[in-house]
Amino acid sequence: MKDKNMRDIYCDTLIELAEQDKNIVVLDADLMGANGLGPFKVAFPKNFYNTGVAEANMVGIASGLSAGGMNPFASSFACFSARRAFDQFFVSSNYAKIKVNLTGTDPGISAAYNGGTHMTFEDLGIMRNVPNLVIYEPADIVSLHALVKEAAYTSKSTYLRLHRKGINRLYNESETFTLGKGKVLRDGSDLTIIATGFIMVQEALKAAELLAETGVSAAVVDMHTIQPLDEDLVLQCARKTGAILTCENHQVATGLGSAVSGFLSENYPTPVLRHGIRDEFGEVGNLSYLQERFEFTSEKIAAKAIQVMQLKTVGV
Amino acid sequence: MDINETMHLSTTAKEIRMLTIDAIGNLGVGHIGGSMSIIEVLTVLYFRHMKVNVADPKMPDRDKLVLSKGHAGPALYATLSKKGFFPVEWLDTLNKGGTNLPSHCDKNRTPGIDMTTGSLGQGLSAAIGLALADRMRGRKNNVYCIIGDGESDEGQIWEAAMAAAHYNIGSLVTFTDYNKMNIDGYTKEIMNLDDLGAKWTAFNWHVQRVDGHDITAINNAVEAAKKEIDRPSMIILDSIKGRGCSFAEGKLSSHNMPISTEDWAQAVAALT
Repeated sequence: MKDKNMRDIYCDTLIELAEQDKNIVVLDADLMGANGLGPFKVAFPKNFYNTGVAEANMVGIASGLSAGGMNPFASSFACFSARRAFDQFFVSSNYAKIKVNLTGTDPGISAAYNGGTHMTFEDLGIMRNVPNLVIYEPADIVSLHALVKEAAYTSKSTYLRLHRKGINRLYNESETFTLGKGKVLRDGSDLTIIATGFIMVQEALKAAELLAETGVSAAVVDMHTIQPLDEDLVLQCARKTGAILTCENHQVATGLGSAVSGFLSENYPTPVLRHGIRDEFGEVGNLSYLQERFEFTSEKIAAKAIQVMQLKTVGV
Repeated sequence: MDINETMHLSTTAKEIRMLTIDAIGNLGVGHIGGSMSIIEVLTVLYFRHMKVNVADPKMPDRDKLVLSKGHAGPALYATLSKKGFFPVEWLDTLNKGGTNLPSHCDKNRTPGIDMTTGSLGQGLSAAIGLALADRMRGRKNNVYCIIGDGESDEGQIWEAAMAAAHYNIGSLVTFTDYNKMNIDGYTKEIMNLDDLGAKWTAFNWHVQRVDGHDITAINNAVEAAKKEIDRPSMIILDSIKGRGCSFAEGKLSSHNMPISTEDWAQAVAALT
């Protein structure tokens, strides 16, 4: 696999699927170019529908296509896939038990110059309300490729939170992935950083390096699937390290941090700090500005890691 | 269609109307108005036009119907039971806990239901998807869809209207149950649809307008619509909410109303 932007790997994977399966059909709502899907349209013009700027209709059509025996992947920016077309995804797809693979691109601060209107810090929370829906956010091109292929053939509807631009390679191509099973990227004994997504997993790994320089041993988990949560892995990390820091490009109230702390509080009460957005909207800027503005940096993650370790001794 | 078949369809429609009133009457409350207004079109579709197989409700190349105004489920359930998809006795379970016949259509519960509906505005998009899948698979069938006039307030209907014409879906035949009533009042007062036919014509649909309770007129319109192979068809049904149900006909309150035992008995007596 060549190094390519995430969106191009997404498109390549869909082409790879369609080469083997005539039922793969791709839809987009006038963001075909932005979402990197032009090559799919060229390769399989009869299996591609551009619905125009009409996300609700796109998801409804995708549901009908699936009910008619096709396997649709429908995409738009996350703000439109998750917010604009939610009722269609909820009723016509998920409630109806009709499999639709919905993709939301430019999640969180990666919306950058599109600014606050487009900056979804809530899509994971919205989607976590849907029973049985598989929600995943790959952090690199290798896991993206593998997980999209798996998502195509799960019986459930899926929501892919896709960082569009940028190349990141965390894994060897021989690595195998399973939806719902997180990956331990780094072992550690003092705390575990459980991160999700393109930006936060990379920053978490850098934070672990910074912590190591100060003698703190931080494990790092790539929790590529938010729903179903890999509860076994979370439990294992809590037992081993006794403190958890979650990192997400999303509201902590409803995303990964909520899922992890909810599970642990009911099963194995453990100090958890949730790093992410707290009760505010996004704003415009370039990615590096926004990472500083919202504290999505390795330095801030390392500082939060020290805080959560201190919580381990509270009450002792 | 000869006179004998017309008579037979009229009798069938009457029976379906009775079954629908009985199902809702037995429960004591329900969407009687919008169910009564589509009895004739359901009868013409299921007993003259639609290629379906009661022994194999999911037969891939069947004709399909999306009842986008999903709250009229009771009328469709009566039609499907009359057709033989499931026992007529099921109608007595309408909306009761554990039933296979929920208020709004559910493809996973009811044999013969092709699409889950209930959130207004969504069914026409799903019908487009079904028709595109049929076309991609090379099936030679029709997809039918019934939307409401109040439902036509939804923006998604007009997104779908554009898309169906853009994709040249000639196999799609859609009906608007134009009974002129929303939930809260007359359609023209709640949100005026004005010249509805002109709107669909402007969206490049083949448009016809007929009496929604005239079996011959509906049949002729469906015959004409099926000949349109390059563009979708809209058949506007001038209908009467609550039609044929003595306590509900033409009443604004008929959208979802309680039904007393006396009213129920009177309505049945009036039909027999």
